[in-house]
Amino acid sequence: MITDFFSATVLIGILASGIRLATPYLYASIGETFGQRSGVLNLGVEGQMLMGAFTAFYITLRTGNVWLGLLAAIGVGALMGLAMAFVSIHLRAVQGISGIGFYLFGLGMSDLLFQKLMGEVKTVSGFGAIEIPFLSSLPVVGEIFFRQNLLVYLAFLLVPVAWFVLNKTTLGLKIRAVGENPQAADTLGVSVAGIRYLTVTMGGVFSAIGGASLSIANLNVFQQNMTSGLGFIAVALVYFGGWKPFGVLFGALLFSMVNSLQLWMQILNVPIPSDFAVMMPYVLTIIVLVLTVGRVRGPSALTKPFIREG
Amino acid sequence: MSKMTKVFTLFALFALLLAACAPAQPEAPAASEKLRVAVIMPSAINDLAFSQSMYQSLVEMQAELGGPDKMELVYSENMFVVDDAAAAIRDYASQGYDIVIAHGSQYGSSLREIAPDFPTTAFAHGTTAATFVDEGITNVFAYEAASNEGGYVNGVMAALLSQSNVIGVVGPIETGDAKLYIDGFVAGAKATKPDLTVNVNYTGSFSDVALAAEAANTHVSAGADVMVGTAQMVVGAIGVAKEKNVLWLGTQASQTSLAPEIVVANQIYDWKVVLRDIFKLMGEGTYGGKAYIVTLANKGLYMEFNPAFDLPADVKAKADETIQGIINGTIKP
Repeated sequence: MITDFFSATVLIGILASGIRLATPYLYASIGETFGQRSGVLNLGVEGQMLMGAFTAFYITLRTGNVWLGLLAAIGVGALMGLAMAFVSIHLRAVQGISGIGFYLFGLGMSDLLFQKLMGEVKTVSGFGAIEIPFLSSLPVVGEIFFRQNLLVYLAFLLVPVAWFVLNKTTLGLKIRAVGENPQAADTLGVSVAGIRYLTVTMGGVFSAIGGASLSIANLNVFQQNMTSGLGFIAVALVYFGGWKPFGVLFGALLFSMVNSLQLWMQILNVPIPSDFAVMMPYVLTIIVLVLTVGRVRGPSALTKPFIREG
Repeated sequence: MSKMTKVFTLFALFALLLAACAPAQPEAPAASEKLRVAVIMPSAINDLAFSQSMYQSLVEMQAELGGPDKMELVYSENMFVVDDAAAAIRDYASQGYDIVIAHGSQYGSSLREIAPDFPTTAFAHGTTAATFVDEGITNVFAYEAASNEGGYVNGVMAALLSQSNVIGVVGPIETGDAKLYIDGFVAGAKATKPDLTVNVNYTGSFSDVALAAEAANTHVSAGADVMVGTAQMVVGAIGVAKEKNVLWLGTQASQTSLAPEIVVANQIYDWKVVLRDIFKLMGEGTYGGKAYIVTLANKGLYMEFNPAFDLPADVKAKADETIQGIINGTIKP
């Protein structure tokens, strides 16, 4: 029974499932990383994901075109990001509270639109699996990594791109400066508000794509509250990953792999109650957080609205 | 103006806005014998599962009684939070609804507190057998479903249809109606083919569609060619079944519309049997105290076969035989 665990089927299954499960987290957490590095905490990720998931699904259902669905989700995500930016940067609202507001708005609005426009659960044909020539026929690795849908590939591609933008470009430098010491950045002529508007809007776009990766790529179905708390885990993963794209990638993969591992453990009759199995990813996350706490420091200006002095 | 005052003003405005959006005061009790029914659902009325089963039954009941003029139906859905549900239950009771149905056993403790304050309002909840009559509360009905019966029938069919002899089950939390159904399913499958492998997975959530889909993917990797599941998050699993061309057997409400090519049959909950009797008792001045179980025998449960699916005649015959056996009592699920 325990030896079953090390069979190729199980290992491939765990890794392939883990990679699919990690996809929405990656989009949302990378987006949130940009926002937080510039000093804005957006707790509305879950709401943005739900709106993205619904919009992408509905437009795809109506037009039969997944690209239009994705584009519409990006538009809605940008709008929600802009609104969050306006409230937290322009109006200087307490970010934790306004984020929860946007979460509740997204939850309610996506539900209302679903009821009024669709009325019942339906399916669409979303982004199909793309087999990457040659690589997909490699044993083991091919099945795990190179037979996924486009949004899965893009999610993983986003990680090095985000790392590059944050660490190797002028824009990244400005984002980090605004998040660490907005006063100093301001005196050097960097528009604190401008940078924050950009990152928070981007965060909204990525969260919405994360939602779309569920509704028109991995699951091809929309149901009320389908993200089921995933957006909040995504925010936690930003802390977990120490505000670094590769840290976020590690966190998202760890959480998702343990989740797919516990699904296999139940199937292979590993003698632990299902209630404990489903707890595993959460318990592990807490343990890792406890072990790493204090090692990394977050952006100094996180959650602090910028007020120009003098 | 201090910041605090600003916050308070904002709250006050918000409260006003909410009040303005609240439903209008109920009209005075109609002179006619209109039955006023309110129902509180844990998920959406169109969840293709538990909540839909009750909503569907109520809508059919309304038609049976002669339409909205004879029976008024209002609902609150997505009441995952028990405290919110309790507030809604009390609101409906205060507004003079004749019966308030709290469609979830988790609302039981709220009913126990609220029901004594409205002695001539009937309350009902399920799935549970607790009417609290032993505590002196006389206006709470209880209902449950012998979901293991249809589970057993589905198990028999799944065993006969499986060629790989591996079956996958996607469940929410190992408790209540879900556990009852799944236990019945496993019993039916094992009774038909003792050497069959039935892999059971609980995802720990009624709403996590992504995890349910991944649980289904796991079953397919483990060799399953027939899958079942229960609760509203299974839409994710049905999507995977459709994509991987794996057969699916449904429960609670008809799931055929999602994937007509692979859904074999569904166990449907029809609460009309219960509602009819409750309404009759209410007319006689009894507002609670009775517990119901819907079964295949009393037609509160029935099997709906997907006409678009080409079910082999011998499997259909065996399913009918099993249904009859459960009704006669010769088969104990």
